[in-house]
Amino acid sequence: MNKEFTCIVCPRGCHLIIDDQLNVTGNSCPRGALYAKSEVTHPTRMITSSVRVKNREDTLVSVKTSIPVPKELIFTIIKEMDKISVEAPTNIGDVIIKNVLNTGADIVITKNIK
Amino acid sequence: MTDVDLLIIGGGSAGMAAAIEAFNHGVKNILIVEKDKQLGGILNQCIHNGFGLTEFKEELTGPEYLSRFENQVETLGIKYLLNTLVLDVSKEKVVTLSNKSGITLLKARAIIFAVGCYERNAGAIQLPGDRPSGIITAGTAQKYLNIHGYLAGKKIVILGSGDIGLIMARRMTLEGAKVLCVSEIMPYSNGLNRNIAQCLNDYNIPLYLSHTVSKVIGKSRVEKVILSKVDENRNIIPNTEMEFDCDTLILSVGLVPYNSLLENMGCLMSSTKGPCVNENMMTNIPGVFACGNCLHVHDVVDFVTDEGRNAGIGASKFLLETFNETNSLKISPKNGISYVIPQYLDKNCNEKVTFKFRVRQPIKNAYVVIKSGDKEILKIFKPVLIPSEMVMIKVDAEKLNDLTEDILITLEGKDE
Amino acid sequence: MFDILIIGAGITGSMLARDLSRYKLKVAVIDKENDVGNVTSSANSAIIHSGYDPIPGSLKAKLNVLGNPMFDQICDELDVKIQRIGSLTVALEDEQLPLLKELESRSKENGVNVRLIDSIELKKIEPNISNEAKGALLAESAGIIDPFNLVIHLMENAVDNGVQLFLDEEVISISNKNDVFFVKTNKHEYQSKIVINAAGCNADKIAKMVDEIDWKMIPRKGEYFVFDHFLPKLVNHVIFPLPSIKGKGILVAPTTSGNFLMGPSSEEILDANDVSTDLPTLSNIKEQACALVPIAKQKFNQMIRVFAGVRPTTTRHDFIIESSNKYKNFINVAGIESPGLVSSPAISNYVIDNLISKLIDLEINPSFNPFIKKYHHLSSMNEKDRNDLIKKDPDFGTIICSCEKVSLGEIKETLSRSVPPRTVKGVKRRVRAGFGLCQGGFCSPSVTLILAKHYNVSPLEIKWDKDGSEILLNKVKEIE
Repeated sequence: MNKEFTCIVCPRGCHLIIDDQLNVTGNSCPRGALYAKSEVTHPTRMITSSVRVKNREDTLVSVKTSIPVPKELIFTIIKEMDKISVEAPTNIGDVIIKNVLNTGADIVITKNIK
Repeated sequence: MTDVDLLIIGGGSAGMAAAIEAFNHGVKNILIVEKDKQLGGILNQCIHNGFGLTEFKEELTGPEYLSRFENQVETLGIKYLLNTLVLDVSKEKVVTLSNKSGITLLKARAIIFAVGCYERNAGAIQLPGDRPSGIITAGTAQKYLNIHGYLAGKKIVILGSGDIGLIMARRMTLEGAKVLCVSEIMPYSNGLNRNIAQCLNDYNIPLYLSHTVSKVIGKSRVEKVILSKVDENRNIIPNTEMEFDCDTLILSVGLVPYNSLLENMGCLMSSTKGPCVNENMMTNIPGVFACGNCLHVHDVVDFVTDEGRNAGIGASKFLLETFNETNSLKISPKNGISYVIPQYLDKNCNEKVTFKFRVRQPIKNAYVVIKSGDKEILKIFKPVLIPSEMVMIKVDAEKLNDLTEDILITLEGKDE
Repeated sequence: MFDILIIGAGITGSMLARDLSRYKLKVAVIDKENDVGNVTSSANSAIIHSGYDPIPGSLKAKLNVLGNPMFDQICDELDVKIQRIGSLTVALEDEQLPLLKELESRSKENGVNVRLIDSIELKKIEPNISNEAKGALLAESAGIIDPFNLVIHLMENAVDNGVQLFLDEEVISISNKNDVFFVKTNKHEYQSKIVINAAGCNADKIAKMVDEIDWKMIPRKGEYFVFDHFLPKLVNHVIFPLPSIKGKGILVAPTTSGNFLMGPSSEEILDANDVSTDLPTLSNIKEQACALVPIAKQKFNQMIRVFAGVRPTTTRHDFIIESSNKYKNFINVAGIESPGLVSSPAISNYVIDNLISKLIDLEINPSFNPFIKKYHHLSSMNEKDRNDLIKKDPDFGTIICSCEKVSLGEIKETLSRSVPPRTVKGVKRRVRAGFGLCQGGFCSPSVTLILAKHYNVSPLEIKWDKDGSEILLNKVKEIE
């Protein structure tokens, strides 16, 4: 049976159709085809969130997963992020959790706070 | 009074791109004035990813995207003032600044407005019902959450399916809030399809198209939001009410260029609520330029950056080449096109010009036609055009040479 | 034990509090709201009416005409904005011209100077008026005022002169023993020799706590549009249509901050707390206002807010200023609907001269100071003064509200006074942060954090307005 969904790889948002043999149509680029395949086999998402900055009042610093992580782990990983707080200054790319829940993804800072 | 060659109001994506580009084109005496405590503008609170696909061929978060420009500003040694607000700009381009060191008057030879936009709010849409706490615009809720770490709602209805609303639906869900639904008055979403997929569908948040808030109920805090279906004229259809018990109504009902300074200067304004500009992003006041979301609201920051660059180049031409601002042709939108940027084109234009426009409503299989009088400049087939997607069409310089009549941009049916 | 206890800190209660602080009396004011002037007094047309309209012989007519000229001194002493821009009552049809004549003679009867002007003069002084206009009644003594800071500064001055203010306290019962009133609130019990009921839309409830009354509260609601400030002005005067039985009709007027108001509707409501707005009423206001000022139709893209206010109309349709039958020392000041704002100084005098002076000795308070400490109004300061101020206090250079250009210094200044704001709305009403184009979209997070810091509480405790109107519901990522 064919499955249909919207591609989230870029703002274009192509309407993808994938069949049981994993043939993808509707995509405008190869990344769309890859996305469709991963979406039917093991869907993943990038997570962006934030963590508290200890030495700044009412301030958060933004973070992300270095690579997309399994969709079903989103809320668990958010909980892992919530356990962490950092100290300013922060630098883009600083790893605050390595290989979170063995997903192979690191949690990295995405904002410079001086 | 201190003199500055180029003063840029607003240190967000548009302002930084304009500054860097003007600097690279030979303007060295530049000052960026930013009201916030950091450069980058609203991108500082846009911590989600999806920025930079055009610009850097990768997906960055807002802060990562802005830092690349911030680094260039620092490296080039472009001066900037933070925590500083422009109180006034005179027609003579004398700029009054306020910050904690005092009030400063600066005489600028050229000014680029890159002040961004603000969110339409409850008053502007005449939101029916009570006015308790818990009615908040999506961007404000975003600032509370992503910058300060506070949730402005726990059980939420979102009005408007613009991208910020969709992004906030996901963001607040991830932080433990329950988003009950998103309501959109139009029969189509105003956000990107991928945001509907990854922000709503991923979290099973329903989207009600052709629905709007017919009443807000709540004395101190929002208690209930009533949604009703609307007809094709966007009028509420009686007896279609859906009641939602919630504590918060988030409004994502549009962005508006933030332009009171320009209006006070007597700048000619367009229907976008931004100023009218020519292909150099210059307004009708010589040496005054505008770019980014204070000119017209963009969908993607990469395009804001690009427009900022255009303004930077325009300003450098004005400052270094003694501009030959003579005769302009007017560019007007017609027949299903809601606006076009630029609104004016120099008759002696000898460069490629990008026409940017939006359609009034979704349309399939149409030709976009640009003409000057009876002369057809360009005709392009577009299978799908939707209002939430800004269309950009580049027109080569040779096609724009020797035009004598005003320019129209219009939609024509497939068979014409 | 207080000499006088006033229930209600609206315009009536605040004016009385200040005037009573001129005497050696122990005065207290109680209000159920967390700010003064927070209900009827904060949502009206902000007009200093000339007094041409009320029925001759009524208390409204008498006190309006007496109150109007008193405002120049009050505003000077209390640093409140007032502009005597005059009002125009406009006839849009020839058939209405005789009614204008009638109004002219009513004005004379009320003792108000007015002048009939023809359509040519009208168009000259009010260029945006409809071309249909046939003539108008010009009342030069009419004006506009900042209604928020009027009440706030009255109470600030009263408190500075010794009045005690208890906010956030709702009166639940009143009893009398040996000619002393015991006023019980949700928090305390107070004793007072005299009680003044200035409870606005709740005046009936308060009055009934001590005695029967022969009037009923039939609260009305008025909805409005607010427009951003822009030039050239939409109108120069307060523009009225001809009055009808429902009231003075839908007006178009500038405000002292350069905005423009359009409204009010006049709807009977069952719930005196109902300040909701609805689309049919608003579109009716738009239609009627645009009949007077057609160009307003094009300005709706600069409309920034809609709101509604409640008016304490009673079945008597006049001000009720009298002692209760049972107790001479219980004074009802009720039904203070339009023209209540302009009448307030005269109402206060009337209460003191005719009622209070007969109940208690009024000895002059020699230390009474009619002036409040002047506030810094950055927008009307020149560059040099502003720079000097910022040198002394850099917070006056840090702009928090970019639409209305309100500085951190101004917010801190109002927080330092004797009737400080406790809520985001309180800050907005005092210094206009959040009053502009973006309606607080940009500055409300900053204002919330400033309030939290000032009161040394979590931002979660900061309210928009009333109890239960906290802005933030949860702190995320709370890490010990």
